[in-house]
Amino acid sequence: MTDYEKVMGLEVHAELSTKTKIFCSCPTEFGGEPNTHTCPICMAMPGTLPVLNEKVVEYAVKAGLATNCEISRNSKNDRKNYFYPDLPKSYQISQFDKPLCEHGYIEIEDDEGNPKKIGITRIHIEEDAGKLNHNEFGGGSLVDLNRAGVPLIEIVSEPDLRSSGEVDRYLKKLKSILEYIEVSDCKMQEGSFRADVNVSVRKKGAKEFGTRTEMKNMNSFRAISRAIEYEADRQIEVIEDGGKIEQETLRWDDVSGKTFSMRDKEDAQDYRYFPEPDLVAIRLSDEYIENIRKNLPEMPEIRRERYLKEFKLSEKDARLLTDSKYLSNMFEAAEKICGNAKAVANWLLSDISRILNEKEQEPSDIPFTAEHLAKLVELIEKGTISSAIGKKVVEELFENPKNPEEIIKEKGWIQISDEGAIKEVVKNVLEANPQSVADYKAGKDRALGFLVGQAMKATKGKANPQMLNKMFLEELSK
Amino acid sequence: MDITDLTVHELMKKMSNKELSSEEVIKAYIDRIDEKEKDVKAFVTTLCDEALNTAREIDKKKNNGEKLSNLAGIPIGIKDNICTKGIKTTCSSKMLEDFISPYDATVVEKLNNENLIDLGKLNMDEFAMGASTEYSYFKKTSNPWNLNTVPGGSSGGSAAAVAANLVPWALGSDTGGSIRQPAAFCGVVGLKPTYGLVSRYGLVAFASSLDQIGPITKDVEDAAILLNIIAGHDEKDTTSYDIPKKDYTKALKNDVKGLKIGIPKEYFGEGINKEVKKKLEESIEIYKKLGAEVEEFSLDIADYALATYYIIACAEASSNLGRFDGIRYGHRTENYTNLRELFRNSRSEGFGPEVKRRIILGTYVLSSGYYDAYYKKAQQVRTLVKKEFDKAFEKYDILLTPTSPNVAFEIGTKSNNPLEMYLADICTVSVNIAGLPGISIPCGVNSDNMPIGMQLIGNKFEEEKILNVAYTFEQEYKFREKYKPNFSKK
Amino acid sequence: MADVSKEELLHIAKLADLNIKEDELDNYLSNLQDILNFANIVNNANTEGLEETIGENDKYNVFRKDEVKIFEDNKALLQNAKEQERNMFKIPKVIN
Repeated sequence: MTDYEKVMGLEVHAELSTKTKIFCSCPTEFGGEPNTHTCPICMAMPGTLPVLNEKVVEYAVKAGLATNCEISRNSKNDRKNYFYPDLPKSYQISQFDKPLCEHGYIEIEDDEGNPKKIGITRIHIEEDAGKLNHNEFGGGSLVDLNRAGVPLIEIVSEPDLRSSGEVDRYLKKLKSILEYIEVSDCKMQEGSFRADVNVSVRKKGAKEFGTRTEMKNMNSFRAISRAIEYEADRQIEVIEDGGKIEQETLRWDDVSGKTFSMRDKEDAQDYRYFPEPDLVAIRLSDEYIENIRKNLPEMPEIRRERYLKEFKLSEKDARLLTDSKYLSNMFEAAEKICGNAKAVANWLLSDISRILNEKEQEPSDIPFTAEHLAKLVELIEKGTISSAIGKKVVEELFENPKNPEEIIKEKGWIQISDEGAIKEVVKNVLEANPQSVADYKAGKDRALGFLVGQAMKATKGKANPQMLNKMFLEELSK
Repeated sequence: MDITDLTVHELMKKMSNKELSSEEVIKAYIDRIDEKEKDVKAFVTTLCDEALNTAREIDKKKNNGEKLSNLAGIPIGIKDNICTKGIKTTCSSKMLEDFISPYDATVVEKLNNENLIDLGKLNMDEFAMGASTEYSYFKKTSNPWNLNTVPGGSSGGSAAAVAANLVPWALGSDTGGSIRQPAAFCGVVGLKPTYGLVSRYGLVAFASSLDQIGPITKDVEDAAILLNIIAGHDEKDTTSYDIPKKDYTKALKNDVKGLKIGIPKEYFGEGINKEVKKKLEESIEIYKKLGAEVEEFSLDIADYALATYYIIACAEASSNLGRFDGIRYGHRTENYTNLRELFRNSRSEGFGPEVKRRIILGTYVLSSGYYDAYYKKAQQVRTLVKKEFDKAFEKYDILLTPTSPNVAFEIGTKSNNPLEMYLADICTVSVNIAGLPGISIPCGVNSDNMPIGMQLIGNKFEEEKILNVAYTFEQEYKFREKYKPNFSKK
Repeated sequence: MADVSKEELLHIAKLADLNIKEDELDNYLSNLQDILNFANIVNNANTEGLEETIGENDKYNVFRKDEVKIFEDNKALLQNAKEQERNMFKIPKVIN
């Protein structure tokens, strides 16, 4: 097995976050009652015609520039013809031989941590299909065209990827870039960021690529990694057994952890691409392109460098924060308010990231604001609450986002720093635990910890731990 | 006075000076339809009751002093591939037998804005594929000049209805001659505008890069009036042009002195009927007499253009007609157990043989291995055709050809030979291929009293020129005063 | 000369999602053959160095603003469907 090398190329579909569909003025909003985000155009009523949304072109060019592509000065739309019930026109308006962007790359780290360029073959614009729902009652399927005509960009990579780790980093990098330039929400759960993976294997050192298969239907990064490992192993096994790999499209089944063939071979596709006569050509001027380039936001690498210098964050923290535009935006906004970069970064990368992971959510799903986070940091700095209470506040912020000051007031979590009150608690604990006092005086230092713990318990964690310590020591030394 | 024999500009005058009410006009047409529709069979759907109600409302509004368009209350017929909200739009196909569009075509909105009254939807070859209206799923329309002959196609219902005075004017659509050829066969005026002058939004697509909607009228002035209404930029059709609005009636100057008319000699070659040729030659003499400069030249593209036309039109049609799958609208088979069968059986039952033939041809020329040899090559030939026309228009203001090499043929004589039927389009298709405007006007009848059409072709967006040249001939020749359809059966 | 086989015709019909019955095959085949033979004329044209004309070649960059417009008459959009359920179009079960 180890003398084989995997070769992957990716086709990523990202839904563009325009307000309206690519060829009609229907909203792209997710959800909605079936077929309510539709009109005669996206329902392919006879006689209707498409009109291209200008934002779709702009967003695709942005994506191209952010991935170091050449932008085509002369581009057009083509029809891709095939019959499927989720494709109401029986053709998808896409781009065939003149995509908007070509010959780009993005940089990732290989498995050894060295920088590696992954080629972007092309980025083109096209329309999404509708959705088929299974009908639990009457049998059959039901067609909902709310998603039909939502704009997509398809980003096709070169077969430059050599491990599932590289694929994972490539996808996360791509997602991060698209988020940075604000052209896509990139939510895998909602299907606004989907990847089809072409996999082949070859003997290490071989010059020719092996026959590839294309895998679809992976709904998470984890599924993509699993699918690649499974499919590469399957191919190696076939080859080792003297068999041949068939070029085909496979469907990943996440439950069984296996791939299945999607189409029977006699149904060989012939998409009969031809130029879309209902749309005119797209010609982009240098001025148009330069204008978009000038207005591109700060990209992740640049931001990371800035964090190292400006906030003296560790390389790792800077990278983790800047991987997500949302997370790093929140970081900067909170830092601006409270001025404590280290603390803000810590909260975002430890507790907050952990909770997101547990909930299988993305940074953009964080329900509270940067102001809330800054407030939390300030409350700890001022000693109003302890870090232990801080963790509880974060949990609460996810459930019920509001000003942390209100949360601690409502929950009664304010730290007790009043000398008299703490003295009272210390006195009570000492009286209730004469044995521990005796132990301490006999030289068992551990007994102090027990006493402090008892005091914390009595105050439900609200007592100021430094003051407690100090006061116990004073009392015990009397 | 026979109201239904009046042109629209005559009706407008009589209605504006209160000689006629809209109700009287509509009633006259309803009587005429009652009398002649059984012979001509021009309509798929008649809207007589609705039209009468609308007419009464319009008359009331007018009497109340409401300011309405000069055309308010005048009826019109609409080819049945132009979408009308709430009214069936069938494309004369079993596929769309019950189809009710959820929206109005842009041209229909424009007619409504003028308060024109829709008198009905007119018969056509199924999905506009044909040259005789024999490929309608519902009925075969007859030519009012001889009920045993075809009215031409695909806008045969529109042309026959205008010729038979069942409507004062009508909208047709023209992909390869579908307005001009039936206009010629029926002795009326048919104008195919420059590609992009009239919005295609709501015209059920046959071949997207060739289709145009245009007027079929009793005379040239009416064509100019109807063009005034339907022309203009539409943001729903990206191929429609944003050019300043014109008043085409102002172009009718009745003067061709000094105008250069080019006669492409290939269009007068061996394939052309002798009587047709003779009438065209007489017409050329009339133009000379009127002061035009006429010159013969060579435009050797007719065969290429026809082949190119069939490749491109069928390729686009094969894709455009894919949406008829039995799911959202249209014929749905009762005979299926799975999705494939639902698709295939619905489509196979819903489309007629000619439509299927063209879908097959179109699919073939786009399929892998043949694309370059047919489709790509045809697109290049298209460029060649355009260039040849460009050259011609450097020298001439207008080109003159027959509209069809023959007069209307007998029903049933060509419908079984597709290729022969296709050849009937030889004079008209190159105009669509090059996106030019063309008009057909009657220039006489043959010995059997069958009308002969003359085609005038202009450069892009030079509708004014061809309308004026057509008008000048019409004023001189006075076809409508000399000849009338007689509903004979020979 | 185009030479279309029966198998090829059936493949094309499949791509077009049309049935051709056994007794129609010969007719379709000869029609297609005739028309293709005629269409082959295009190959006699000298098109060296000529660009392709794709419909409207003189126009470009016709775009729409990204502004939502709701189509109100949702009912009319579904009224032509022969089978529907819960505002969706019903079809035979599709196995993904």
